[in-house]
Amino acid sequence: MIRKCVFLLGLFLALGSTSRAWAQDAYTLLASPSFDSICQGVQELGRSDDPRALPIISALQDGELFVGADHSLFIRTPSGMIDTQTGKSAPNVSADKLKKVRLNNPVREAIDQALGSLRLFALDPTRRRLAADAVLHAHDPLALPALDRAIAVEQDPDVRRAMTEARAAALMSAPDASTEDKLAAIAVIGARGGTDSRAILEPLRDQPPPLGPAAAAAMRSVDHQRQFWGVIQSVYYGFSLGSVLLIAAAGLAITFGVMGVINMAHGEMVMLGAYAAFVVQQALGPAWTGTSIVLAVPAAFVISGGLGIVIERTLIRWLYGRPLETLLATWGLSLVLQQAVRSIFGPDNRPVQPPGWMNGDCHLGGLTLTLNRLVIIIFAALVLAGLMAALRLTPLGLRMRAVTQNRTMAAAMGIATPWIDALTFGLGSGVAGMAGVALSQIDNVSPNLGQSYIIDSFMVVVFGGVGNLWGTALGALTLGIVNKFLEPFAGAVLGKIMVLVMLILFIQRKPRGLFPLRGRAAEA
Amino acid sequence: MAGPLTLDRRSFGLFGIGVAATAALGVLPGSGRRAEAAPTPAADAGTPIKVGVLHSLSGTMAISETTLKDVMLMLIAQQNAKGGLLGRKLEAVVVDPASNWPLFAEKARQLLSVDKCASVFGCWTSVSRKSVLPVFEELNGILFYPVQYEGQECSRNVFYTGAAPNQQAIPAVDYLMETEKVTRWVLAGTDYVYPRTTNQILEAYLKTKGVAPADTLINYTPFGHSDWQSIIAQIKQFGSAGKKTAVVSTINGDANVPFYKELGNQGIKATDIPVVAFSVGEEELAGMDTKPLVGHLAAWNYFESVDTPENKAFIENWHSYIKNAKRTTNDPMEAHYIGFNMWLKAVEKAGTTDPNAVIDAAIGVTVPNLSGGYSAMMPNHHITKPVLIGEIQDDGQFNIVSQTPGLVVAQEWSPYVAETKDLIGDWRKPLACGAFNVKTSSCSAGGAKRA
Repeated sequence: MIRKCVFLLGLFLALGSTSRAWAQDAYTLLASPSFDSICQGVQELGRSDDPRALPIISALQDGELFVGADHSLFIRTPSGMIDTQTGKSAPNVSADKLKKVRLNNPVREAIDQALGSLRLFALDPTRRRLAADAVLHAHDPLALPALDRAIAVEQDPDVRRAMTEARAAALMSAPDASTEDKLAAIAVIGARGGTDSRAILEPLRDQPPPLGPAAAAAMRSVDHQRQFWGVIQSVYYGFSLGSVLLIAAAGLAITFGVMGVINMAHGEMVMLGAYAAFVVQQALGPAWTGTSIVLAVPAAFVISGGLGIVIERTLIRWLYGRPLETLLATWGLSLVLQQAVRSIFGPDNRPVQPPGWMNGDCHLGGLTLTLNRLVIIIFAALVLAGLMAALRLTPLGLRMRAVTQNRTMAAAMGIATPWIDALTFGLGSGVAGMAGVALSQIDNVSPNLGQSYIIDSFMVVVFGGVGNLWGTALGALTLGIVNKFLEPFAGAVLGKIMVLVMLILFIQRKPRGLFPLRGRAAEA
Repeated sequence: MAGPLTLDRRSFGLFGIGVAATAALGVLPGSGRRAEAAPTPAADAGTPIKVGVLHSLSGTMAISETTLKDVMLMLIAQQNAKGGLLGRKLEAVVVDPASNWPLFAEKARQLLSVDKCASVFGCWTSVSRKSVLPVFEELNGILFYPVQYEGQECSRNVFYTGAAPNQQAIPAVDYLMETEKVTRWVLAGTDYVYPRTTNQILEAYLKTKGVAPADTLINYTPFGHSDWQSIIAQIKQFGSAGKKTAVVSTINGDANVPFYKELGNQGIKATDIPVVAFSVGEEELAGMDTKPLVGHLAAWNYFESVDTPENKAFIENWHSYIKNAKRTTNDPMEAHYIGFNMWLKAVEKAGTTDPNAVIDAAIGVTVPNLSGGYSAMMPNHHITKPVLIGEIQDDGQFNIVSQTPGLVVAQEWSPYVAETKDLIGDWRKPLACGAFNVKTSSCSAGGAKRA
């Protein structure tokens, strides 16, 4: 709030000072309907010393700049319209009567560039840092004087380095810079590394020596670095895909792996979990986006788990020991559930907004970790740990294992086996529901959500070894990483086929998967 | 490519060959020979005219096609309120082919031979259209197909009211080349017939524009692909060669949401690498947070944000019909609006619903579109359309940044593909051929006369 006030105050002061005659041309250009002229207007305004440049261009970026019938420009603020010519508020002008100055990509690019040079002198060091990055990205030699002035007064070492790099980038495309300066600049950019650096160096590669070879050498070092980080990045992508597969398959590892029910409606349990996230978010309203996702996890567990118990009691328990009928019945059930959701929520995708703490990415050297994927990896690990704890440490888990290993003996010991069956199926379905909440963050929340995961889930469980949670986890991660390493070379379609072929060959050699269950239980 | 309404070699040939046929075009409604097939009006008076609606209401495609079914029901209800057609009421026959391609053919057969529908409005994916095509040709039905598609087809029994590649893909590429100075291209698509054919055409087109093969990257993904991390990283890397790079996306259906989410996640802004999509409209954006996507583009022949009185009226009608003011409108809906009005006019012109008479009468029919102009049914059974390029805005709507000054005539056979560059389609008599080779002056087997 305070920052906003300071900004507004600055805006008034800036607009009020008409001491300097500002680029009148830029003004006319901004008011024109053609994108080319607006683009040019932004560039001219950005280069002029006009104190009004920053507020006007920022307003344009935020979509708050309006043009009147007489080509006068107005800025919309929460407290009303401000005339850019006089710097005073214009109370009798309303935005409905004015036309918004429109943007397209070239205009946006010009804005980023202009704001970059203007904000090099901002008070906030993060802003200055971002501005330096924007200038580097644009690498326009016209920004050099501004950069020199900014570097001279910069105190923060990080920002100063960013500015020096931006200066080097701008210098490289300056026609009148000396060869020594350019060589020094190439060294700076080569040491910086990253995608942007490569794009800046590329045009210099064809220059005559010594510039060309120096640029080529710098590019090679950038490429080496990128290759190294690229491999690590692929491992991360593989982990991320693996965690998605794991979370989708974890429930199936219980219903299919432990109980042996071929549950084709597993995907629909996932889908219901995703819809639960949507409903919880709608019920809580937009102010609670972050909380609603957290609350959706238990809600989805209860809804999918409850439905799982109902399904087990009404349908599946009549079909134990008849895998073919189970397969057909649960497949039919999956169609019923899909169409039911389609009738209730409609066939189109439902938005589940990501909470603020899942947006964006963080950098670790040359590695980019997208936060939503990172959260899902952690979530998958937690779900796996929770599931293992439930199976090993709780009385219910003990009974579940007892029933699946030797039903008659367990019954003889006084365990109500039908109820344990229902609860086990409920647990598997509930975990599937929790997976749905996670998937709502990366995939469509639509009635078809589950379908796209059912085959992969079975693949993971069979590959990992039926009835073994560690196997499921390792299977999911292996499939994820293999897939992500194949994809860049073979393409997504062929990559998937290759994974499938490898899996078939593996199952041929080891029909019981990575970690087969041993002992008498396995023979049953 | 030929500019809007300019006559290049091909379209000139199209008109030239048509000259002889123009006399035949002025067929009298229900004239002698045709009347034998047509049922006598008196026998039908009072019974409703049946209109088939062949859109998936369940399965994967329900997301897109359900809306089109609703639009057809709205248009039919509106026409009935105006007094119907030829003094008879219209009756919609809705079937659900359930996103199952062979079932499309079965349902089409049912609509034509059991329900005796005068015309059918339907299909979305090209594979469903290919599946019903033999049925419509065998039973001599009429299909209005409302979706932008890959071209390379021209059937006597189908009216294509969506865009051919030159009415969508090629103008979009031109826009990026001219306005955003793009010189490096990623052609990303879902792995099926529409993206493959479109990319084949685009690749050939880019070659004619001097784009080196090293500057194009083609990538296909399966239907419903949801993990885009490595592919987007690959695109990012491809775009770091110091040349302005753009992605031309023919990614279809559900895969788009995770694709755009990942773009936002990896911080690819439209000013760095713009993505222009041919299958993403208002409907697809409705389930997404579009703030990170501002500036990415789509090319269509209609946007909900088009500022014309016709469009305003259409949106108002739609909202009051569907009883939800938040529902969006999109390009295929406009195509059905145009197609339905064209069919009405053609039937009125022919004075009967007999397919032969209506197919002949439809050519040359002109109706208003929603972007403030008039669309005409051309002899190749495609319609003239304006091409609009829009940038995604933070409210999920499109900001129209470019519009062709006039209407673009569809090229059903691509001039950029060697096998089809000499072909034209012209269903006017006496030529009446869907694939006429102007070099050899012969009608290819694919466009055999079925009149």
